[in-house]
Amino acid sequence: MITTTTPRRTARAAALLGALTIVVGTALGTLPAHADEPGAPPAATEAPKVDLILDGSGSMRTMDIQGKSRMEVAQQSIKEVIDALPEETEFGIRTLGATYPGNDQKEGCKDTQQLYPVGKTDKVQAKTAVATVRPTGWTPIGIALRAAAQDLGTGPTTRRIVLITDGEDTCAPPDPCDVARELASQGIHLVVDTLGLAHDDKTRQQLICIANATGGTFTDVRSQDQLTKRVKQLVERAQDTHTVAPAKVTGTDTCANAPVLSPGVYTDREKFSEHRVYRVPVKAGEELRASVSVTPDRAVARDYGVLLQATDTGGQELVRGSDAGSGRTDVASTGVRWSAAEDGDGDGTGSASASPSKGAGSKSAARTVCLVVSNSFAAQAGVQADPGLPLELTVDVAAASPAPDGPAMGLGRGWILLGVLTLAGLIAGLLFGWLARWRIAVWREN
Amino acid sequence: MRKLRTAAAAAAAFTGLLLLAPTSASAASPSASPSASGTAKPVVNSVGTSFLTATTLASGQDADVPVSTGDYLYWAFPAAEGQTATVQVKVTLPDAADRHGAQTWTVELFDGLRRRQSCTAGPQNGTAEQSAATLELSCTLRQIRSWAEPWSGDPLPGTYYVRLSTTDIPQTDLGLASTVHVHVATKGGADDAQPEGGSLKAPLVPPVNAGATAAPSAAAPSPSASATYAAAPAEEETHWYSDLFSGWNTRWWWTVAGGVLAALAGVLGYTLTRHPRGHRHHPHRPAPVPHQAPPGQPRQDSWQ
Repeated sequence: MITTTTPRRTARAAALLGALTIVVGTALGTLPAHADEPGAPPAATEAPKVDLILDGSGSMRTMDIQGKSRMEVAQQSIKEVIDALPEETEFGIRTLGATYPGNDQKEGCKDTQQLYPVGKTDKVQAKTAVATVRPTGWTPIGIALRAAAQDLGTGPTTRRIVLITDGEDTCAPPDPCDVARELASQGIHLVVDTLGLAHDDKTRQQLICIANATGGTFTDVRSQDQLTKRVKQLVERAQDTHTVAPAKVTGTDTCANAPVLSPGVYTDREKFSEHRVYRVPVKAGEELRASVSVTPDRAVARDYGVLLQATDTGGQELVRGSDAGSGRTDVASTGVRWSAAEDGDGDGTGSASASPSKGAGSKSAARTVCLVVSNSFAAQAGVQADPGLPLELTVDVAAASPAPDGPAMGLGRGWILLGVLTLAGLIAGLLFGWLARWRIAVWREN
Repeated sequence: MRKLRTAAAAAAAFTGLLLLAPTSASAASPSASPSASGTAKPVVNSVGTSFLTATTLASGQDADVPVSTGDYLYWAFPAAEGQTATVQVKVTLPDAADRHGAQTWTVELFDGLRRRQSCTAGPQNGTAEQSAATLELSCTLRQIRSWAEPWSGDPLPGTYYVRLSTTDIPQTDLGLASTVHVHVATKGGADDAQPEGGSLKAPLVPPVNAGATAAPSAAAPSPSASATYAAAPAEEETHWYSDLFSGWNTRWWWTVAGGVLAALAGVLGYTLTRHPRGHRHHPHRPAPVPHQAPPGQPRQDSWQ
């Protein structure tokens, strides 16, 4: 298993190094915040990190991509990717099955090497290293994933593994898909993108499973150009999105001891038919906004649903959001808005506010709202239930918007308005006219 | 009578002028959509793979991205009140020779709270036969409202997410290279946003920063200043008079025109009762004396 102390220290050192370059680059005078501090915004203190795993198994010799061998195609693409690497990206390369040529499965299945460490890339060195890889041995994808996760270390930002392989894992156990799910559930923000060079069903299924388990993508490589473009795109994506990583939280089954959340994005795991509860304090005059996405990262039944309920501490429902669907999907999402009544009232139902005093004090008193997340995904036969499905929760508290008073300042619009005003004017004119005439007539008579 | 006619004509002309004016006024109003026409924006070549990592598109901007079939593709765009957004998607499918069956693509829209939003127009999903080369989809959102009750699911100003996915496909066809082209267009502006006078204090723009949990006993965590947010619609400028004055809108012109018409009608009514001189009693003028014919010719030759 992963030891926590050394990688973290290296991660912090790497983070500082990355930050330093950025500081120099942008001539910013401020020091970066502590990267490991929980809840600290993942500012640009960490460079995007990508580890590429290249399959060096014997089958990579097969000449079936536009007349070239799989290994040649992969090496050529990786060289082009290295040439186009963004400045700040930390890029590493790991091989699997590239050194042990023997027939002993036990030995062959331990065969994974760090070809180039994750860090600032010397493009020439990295390319030379890639050129030395020869198709050799077995395909231990599972342990290569674990090792790559260690190469990348842990930190507040998302890490990306790009797996280029041509064959199904010949070394299970560990099943690479289980390994991927296990890595994802550790909350280390790991995404595995897989690229398959062979087109058989078993390989495809396995690579799709790995990608789904970690929120990555699967690509079926048919040409050199496609492979190059795709890996470049993935490296760019790592650069664009690595800072967006939710905080890990563990919801409870009752509201009383649920974690209290502040605005931000959280991730959790929820088993089939499990309920997870979180608490958010909402002041009078504020509006709670919450949304949730549940990801089916394994084989699930065709129809599914997700429900997000906001209740008060007494269990009374305040509002609910739900969504349902069927077929292939990556997430089921829904959201709710809720704001307290203007006068801060309506807690006769047993809702406890943070301060018991009402009246003058209730203006600032926060009402606790419980968010209950549940899903109606159903596992297909033989699918393991543990760890639970990934869940992403977004919480925000914004100013409440009172109901509008209607059109502003009594101004009007439309032909009816013109007609009414004209008619009123006409009648008024006639009245005044007659009045004046009558007055003159009376005055004349006297 | 002539005086009246000229007055009426002047009134009509004035009213017409007033009613014509709004078109130019609304075009110049600060809340008008920043999108619409204007210079072409650069084409985006990236796409996100989740709500959190969605690539932001400005309104009117295009995205052109090579993807793997089966990816879940996310873009985000901001929409302001009164706007109606349309998302158009064109998928260039993988080589027909590599495919094994029909595939269905679906475009879905979600609001900033990840609530599914209905499409009012457009084929939201389409099935491409094995031989088809391209597939076109589109989805038109409902008009963005200026305000809605918290319990409703109406579209409100804020971030909107586009999700493009392959909802039905033979597993053997997953991962093949395809290209997607996405165009987001918005039309309309704040002038016709409903309900009138309504406003959402904070647009539905989700935070994207990692959250922080507080100790259960601690006071309510204040919305941290460090919160970062997804794509937001352009803020309207606020002035010291913003609370008193709701801004220029066509109601002003209608109301002013109504006032003018009422005033003119009042003058007209008054004049009608006063009987223009010349048609009323004329005491100083002697009554016309009828020409008196001699009462019968005295027969002078009565002697006859």
